[in-house]
Amino acid sequence: MFETAVLVETIVKAIIVVAVVAGMAGFATFIERKVLAFMQRRLGPMNVGPYGLLQLAADGIKLFTKEDIVPQNAVKPIFMIAPVIAAVTAFVAMAAVPYFPEFTLFGYVIHPIISDINVALLYVMGVASVGIYGPLLAGMSSSNKWSLLGAARAVVQMLSFEVVSGLSVLAPIMMIGSLSLIDINDYQSGGVTSWLVWKQPLAFILFAMAGFMETNRAPFDTIEFEAEVVAGYATEYSGMRWGLFFIGEYANMITISVLVSIVFMGGYNPVWFIPGSVMMLLKVSFWVFLFLWVRAAWPHIRPDQLMWVCWKVLMPLAVVNILLTGFALI
Amino acid sequence: MELRDFKQRNIAPGYIFFEGEQKPENGWQAFKKVVRRSLKGELFVGLWIVFREMIRFDIHTLQYPAQKMEMTPRYRAIHRLLRLFESGSERCIGCGLCEKICIANCIRMETHVDEKSRKVVSEYSINFGRCIFCGYCAEVCPELAIVHGAEYENASEQRAHFGLKEDMLTPLDTFRAKQQKEFPGFGALSDNADENVKQTPLAY
Repeated sequence: MFETAVLVETIVKAIIVVAVVAGMAGFATFIERKVLAFMQRRLGPMNVGPYGLLQLAADGIKLFTKEDIVPQNAVKPIFMIAPVIAAVTAFVAMAAVPYFPEFTLFGYVIHPIISDINVALLYVMGVASVGIYGPLLAGMSSSNKWSLLGAARAVVQMLSFEVVSGLSVLAPIMMIGSLSLIDINDYQSGGVTSWLVWKQPLAFILFAMAGFMETNRAPFDTIEFEAEVVAGYATEYSGMRWGLFFIGEYANMITISVLVSIVFMGGYNPVWFIPGSVMMLLKVSFWVFLFLWVRAAWPHIRPDQLMWVCWKVLMPLAVVNILLTGFALI
Repeated sequence: MELRDFKQRNIAPGYIFFEGEQKPENGWQAFKKVVRRSLKGELFVGLWIVFREMIRFDIHTLQYPAQKMEMTPRYRAIHRLLRLFESGSERCIGCGLCEKICIANCIRMETHVDEKSRKVVSEYSINFGRCIFCGYCAEVCPELAIVHGAEYENASEQRAHFGLKEDMLTPLDTFRAKQQKEFPGFGALSDNADENVKQTPLAY
């Protein structure tokens, strides 16, 4: 009986997370266009609905009804499954992420996390690295040289930045002694001064940069940088398959925002009189905004510069940070 | 001034030639360059500039079908034929000067003498496939009858559209509603035309 209740609760939570995050990912595309437009002194979408809000629905209709083209020489099954991998891994990674502090609904304590596993951080990063297969397989199966270049870049760059992000979160993990995101959150329950940003500023910066890379955002979005490789791995995609890549990218963005907020910025602990859930929303919104903000402001960097900065600067810095943390802990 | 001054025409006073950063020659200089660039904070200047533009909300978008660009009266677009303010009859007296001066040969008019032995314009057409919008017709018109309006949306299915007299002439109901302005476009008298006229000694 108890197990059935847990099962039902988990399924309900999973459906809610997928629905809400997919909705947020869709809404993020609208917000992105608006924010970029305002930063470039434009208005962005205005014609469909009030302030262009129904543009979301219009885009959805367009993506769903657009012809789904598979190129003649493409490896058809892989070509068709690749966007699903990209989107699904983005959502699967959210299974171990706590969003809010636990709350009581109708006398029933709800933990807003689908599964509190004790290797949550490792799990999230592992699933996120499976997400590389999306761009990789898409690019390799498309029979298009731009896609192939995009796939090569995807595997080279995202793999490299997996190293940086993994090494950079190692230092906070050493201090906390747990991979569970709930433990990491509870470690920072002593107000703003106990946030890990102040203790691990270098790890914070490195993890943020790796986050930008792994979500494929400017200034590190050389995988699909139009001036160099047309649209990279997504060149041959149309309709909803392309849309799945897009949803995956925005879902990843939300996951990274939540992760950075939990690991480095105090998570869902209440600050002063602001309750924890509001703090969490504020932090995640700020990070999503930062993703858009950076895209409006900064130029791309070349892939060779990217690899140079990854392996010659960021990776050694992450290792040094781990060493320093280790000495400090001893 | 010497010959040397003429030869250096590209360097104005106050113009500084910037040779760019010195290239690093060894590893230590390259390292210093990387550290300097990393810690300089230029990236945050960029962030601040776009954020400042966002909160200023200085939007330049023209929402086209709803809003339209305000053209200056000197803009030369599709012609208009105006009416006399007193009587509402056409200003055009059929003198044929515009037809004569038109370098693209696109103006064509037919005139006849009516029963009151006045000259009237029976047909007036401009071929907008040929018109180069030079403005000579508006300049030459002694009666200020033909002017260039501000209508800049010239897309049409047919080349000959807008070209006939009834298309260009101010409609009577517009005229009766006093919608015809004295300075509606290139070639007409400006609103402050009287102030700009200097009286000749003959007028004293």
